[in-house]
Amino acid sequence: MAKITKRLCTLVLRLMAVGATLLAAIVMATSHQRTSIFGISFEVKYNHTPAFQYFVIANAIATVYGFLVIFLPSKSQLWRLVVALDVVITILLSSSISAALAIGTLGKNGNSYAGWLPICGQVPKYCDRVKGALISSFVGLIIYVLLLLYAIHSVLDPLLLQKT
Amino acid sequence: MARENAQKLEDGTELVPVRKPMDWTIVVLRVVAFLATVSATVVMAINKETKSIVVATVGTTPLSVTLTAKFHHTPANVYFVIANGFASFHNLFMMAVHFFGDHTFKDKGLQLVIVAILDMTNVALLSSGDGAATFMAQLGKKGNSHARWNKICDKFEKFCDHAGGAIIASYIGLLLLLVITVLSIVKLLKRN
Repeated sequence: MAKITKRLCTLVLRLMAVGATLLAAIVMATSHQRTSIFGISFEVKYNHTPAFQYFVIANAIATVYGFLVIFLPSKSQLWRLVVALDVVITILLSSSISAALAIGTLGKNGNSYAGWLPICGQVPKYCDRVKGALISSFVGLIIYVLLLLYAIHSVLDPLLLQKT
Repeated sequence: MARENAQKLEDGTELVPVRKPMDWTIVVLRVVAFLATVSATVVMAINKETKSIVVATVGTTPLSVTLTAKFHHTPANVYFVIANGFASFHNLFMMAVHFFGDHTFKDKGLQLVIVAILDMTNVALLSSGDGAATFMAQLGKKGNSHARWNKICDKFEKFCDHAGGAIIASYIGLLLLLVITVLSIVKLLKRN
């Protein structure tokens, strides 16, 4: 009975992680806004910045991976590989969040030393969507960290809680 | 196997665990990773370039403006320096634990777990620092025409070169730290 509860808990967590990263990828990919300044209309899209492209790709990879892992049977030998791949996906997500956050901070605050003006004043809806995507991906990252801690505990049993 | 090695003999002396080849591999990798992350930290932290640019000419005297590019003008570079500092301190601490701490930790199982978990944490931290600094560097090199952000690397070449070198060193450190993490987890598995 306890095993089924544990399996259900991890399943729910993985579904939430898949949902969070999918939401982040979709929200970032559909974020664009068209505005006109001094009569010139210009459009801001996510693929103008390589950092946001990387963010979308990393979250898409995390979504596909999470989706595939949900269908893994519980007694399979592949669970150790899942632990390793969980580490890789966590690292990928954290680096993509950090990169998108760096460029997002730049868009919000600008950089007076380099003469880069902030753009969030002109395209507020775009900035809001980017913010939402970042928050969702961060939630996904936290869930993956929790899953990783639990996976290390259950697969490797490092504290020797199961006395053999 | 490690548990049997740490038993006390009858006359009170304690057997020291034999150092296996994998231990030496991990130590050598940690030394190289430590050097890489320390060099990345130092090169980025002392990164500074001053340049005088002639802005206008009033009569016959040119007006020049002195511009400075320092690493802390961008929060991403500050985070890069902090993340690499943490990673190098972690490597140093793990080497110290390996050389001096093997006899003081009573429960060797806990030590291996903590080493593996700290390794993973530092890999994640280092990778995020690298990612942020890389995209900032890419922006500085190419600019972004859509947001009207001009590139700065054509004016501050030395600054960009040093930052690029620091980022490359940090990636080497990241790769080595990833290999070290895998080896630490393998040690954990073998112990079981």
